[in-house]
Amino acid sequence: MSHPKEWMSVRPEGLYCSAGDFYVDPVRAVARAVITHGHSDHARPGHGEVIATAETLAIMGVRYGSGFCDRRTPLDYGGVMDMGPAKLSFAPAGHILGSAQAIIAHDGGRIVVSGDYKRRPDPTARAFEAVACDVFVTEATFALPVFRQPSVDAELIKLLTSLALFKDRCHLVGVYSLGKCQRVMMELRRLGYVKPFFVHGALIKMCELYETLGYRLGEIVPVASVEKASLAGEIVLAPPSALSDRWSRNLPNVLTVMASGWMQIRARARQRMVELPLVISDHADWDELIATLKDVGAPEVWITHGREDALTYIAAKLGYRARALSLLGFEEEDGE
Amino acid sequence: MDAFASLLDRLYFTQGNLAKAALVKDYLARTPDPDRGYAVAALAGSLNFAFFKRSTIKEVVDERVDPHLFALSRDYVGETSETVAHIWPENPAAPRLDRLPALHEVIDRFSAATRAEVKEYLVLLLDSATSEQRWALLKLGTGGLRVGISARFMKTILAQFGGKDVSDIEALWHGISPPYEELFAWLEGRGPEPRVNDGLAFHPLMLSHPVEESDLPSIAAGDFAAEWKYDGIRVQLVTRNGSARLYSRNGDNISAAFPELVVQHSGVAALDGELLVKRSGEIGPFNDLQQRLNRKQPSKKLLESHPAHLVVYDMLQDGPDDLRALSFIERRAHLEAWHRARHYDQRLSLSPLLDFTSIASLTDLRARADRSSANYIEGVMLKRKDSPYVAGRPKGHWFKWKRDPLSVDAVLMYAQRGSGKRSSFYSDYTFGLWSDGQLLPIGKAYSGFTDQELRRLDSWIRNNTISQFGPVREVARHLVFEVAFDSVHRSSRHKSGYALRFPRISRIRWDKPAEEADQLSVLQPLVQDSITAGVGSDIQP
Ligand SMILES: [Zn+2]
Ligand SMILES: [Zn+2]
Repeated sequence: MSHPKEWMSVRPEGLYCSAGDFYVDPVRAVARAVITHGHSDHARPGHGEVIATAETLAIMGVRYGSGFCDRRTPLDYGGVMDMGPAKLSFAPAGHILGSAQAIIAHDGGRIVVSGDYKRRPDPTARAFEAVACDVFVTEATFALPVFRQPSVDAELIKLLTSLALFKDRCHLVGVYSLGKCQRVMMELRRLGYVKPFFVHGALIKMCELYETLGYRLGEIVPVASVEKASLAGEIVLAPPSALSDRWSRNLPNVLTVMASGWMQIRARARQRMVELPLVISDHADWDELIATLKDVGAPEVWITHGREDALTYIAAKLGYRARALSLLGFEEEDGE
Repeated sequence: MDAFASLLDRLYFTQGNLAKAALVKDYLARTPDPDRGYAVAALAGSLNFAFFKRSTIKEVVDERVDPHLFALSRDYVGETSETVAHIWPENPAAPRLDRLPALHEVIDRFSAATRAEVKEYLVLLLDSATSEQRWALLKLGTGGLRVGISARFMKTILAQFGGKDVSDIEALWHGISPPYEELFAWLEGRGPEPRVNDGLAFHPLMLSHPVEESDLPSIAAGDFAAEWKYDGIRVQLVTRNGSARLYSRNGDNISAAFPELVVQHSGVAALDGELLVKRSGEIGPFNDLQQRLNRKQPSKKLLESHPAHLVVYDMLQDGPDDLRALSFIERRAHLEAWHRARHYDQRLSLSPLLDFTSIASLTDLRARADRSSANYIEGVMLKRKDSPYVAGRPKGHWFKWKRDPLSVDAVLMYAQRGSGKRSSFYSDYTFGLWSDGQLLPIGKAYSGFTDQELRRLDSWIRNNTISQFGPVREVARHLVFEVAFDSVHRSSRHKSGYALRFPRISRIRWDKPAEEADQLSVLQPLVQDSITAGVGSDIQP
């Protein structure tokens, strides 16, 4: 057999598979790209052929318009595709709708490029599946032992409690437009929240796509279409960048909420003037990262974007060969 | 204590006082006694002990967490309690509580525990808590709660919670103690107003309004009494047959800090007055008092070098009689009689009534305070002769007329880095006046500048540094500050021989050449010394 390190390499464009002549989540336009999921630091426009799950292709279409690449090749979870002599398949990553781990097998060796992933239940994403391999490529966004997320219910109940106490305040919730937004909506519905969600214009199209794909988000009303004063006591969702800009100034008596894994660090929440930080993340926290290394059991671990020192250290202590892959262009802070 | 932990967490992030008050009131409504009372005490800073030390936290975390990972995390988070709260790993083998004990139980256990037991109990709680709860526990346990609730604000919240007046709460606050069960019974209409039964109750103070130009015509000399306005701190002395208590203006018991004032008073009385310090028989400036205010328990040496002195100016209770409904003049008669019986007591003096027959003579009096008065006087007080003693700040009864601040144009000489939020800026300045072509330092002030001014000044300082020693930079003698201050005193500590009281930089004179700044000699006629000042004798008993 040949080890994946003989046919996988890091190029300026991104992680490259020479056996099948394609890139995974390249940061520059390439002829053939395998895209793990629709977040903008992984899915960029302008490639020749894009191989991704049907959901990811649809998301890219919404984000970049139908001409985001020359050829779209959908591949389902569990399906296998020949890439020259190599074989490509997808397993769910649990990160967002359509997110996939790319499994590349060649000449008896196997690598899993997990993209971004989490291990907690999410009504909008198929649960992560551990796939045995020789090399596991993992993210490290929250790879410090201080990142340990509470349950989503506990966090959202804080929001519902605050709504009950501050009946005249507009609860403005910062959410990433793809994934976090729809996950928070569905979880709130599950907890019995039945009033409409009022949304910033930048969130509307993505919510419509989720609806089209069968995810029931309930009534969604654009903020632009209502009298601002009527938003007192309501939930308004907006992308994080809108929390502090002009847009939010017309809302009545705003209470700023933000749903993000970064909210775990108090200073960060205070810096953004967030009054109700909700620690809700679509990335694996420290415990999940370690559990995943063990579940996958790959003797070798490559670590991409994030804080690799702590994860490299603990992986070595647990007996895995670990090294940092220096891939450029991925969000380390505040990204999706 | 889970409800208390979530309250702390919310308060920490919440911005406005209105919202903070709403959160606390909601907590009080949902939380049973005695927990809510202890929560009130913890927030208002009246739980005066730490459950454990920072070093204990470090010890228990070292036993549980890999030191390298802890160091990486501490660097990232920037704060130890929060790092410990997040990083604390559950130990499946260790005992765990199903839920956190009630707040009062936590407090009881810690206060009764030995050192070894403290550690064991802390670990048990950390193992049983969420990250947010661990953070609250560590903050509570080290006495480091900083969530923007002062004691005064807490009393306001309690008043709102029970639909009472805040002065009612202040009046009984010192006489009740955590967990305040009878207070809550009263606030909720389930019980009578708590009786503060030691007879040493605080009486909420009557406060004055600053004199406005427009008030002057309404001040008829015959209707008002005038007194000096003292530059000490307002206090209330309450005595009952040998025991006594001294309160600050907000009703905090400060007796322990001024033991010499609370011993051996006969009879029953409540007196309103000014706390000052008397050195070698003379009342000293505020600086002298400051030495005492910094100490909760003064040393014997300090008690001897800086003895406290009380200038009394009103009387609220005399024996069995509550005087507050009486007029100022009637109360004054009680006060004078009370003081006459104690004229030998060196700790006390009576605030004299000043002679004033017209607005003109009033202006004169104020000018005396401006220019030549003893350095513990900062203006005059005017009190309506027929006013009852009304808690709060009733209109038209009492006025204060402070002297104008004085000012000089001084030259910046040294700059030092500030602390806290402004630690990256040079925000601490020493300035001087000319004397024979040489600059002599006369004082030091922190900036009251906007961030923009501060940045401009900061870059000016960096570009004009002559030499640097430690955090201090000496700068070229080019920049003029307009410095306002309350008074000038002789000082052997400064080479110039003068010291300014309350100096503050009122303007940066980017326009003014340094040669045109003031000469040291302008301070000479402004000097106030208690020893030489003429009005000093007005105040002696
Ligand atoms: Zn992502
Ligand atoms: Zn990512």
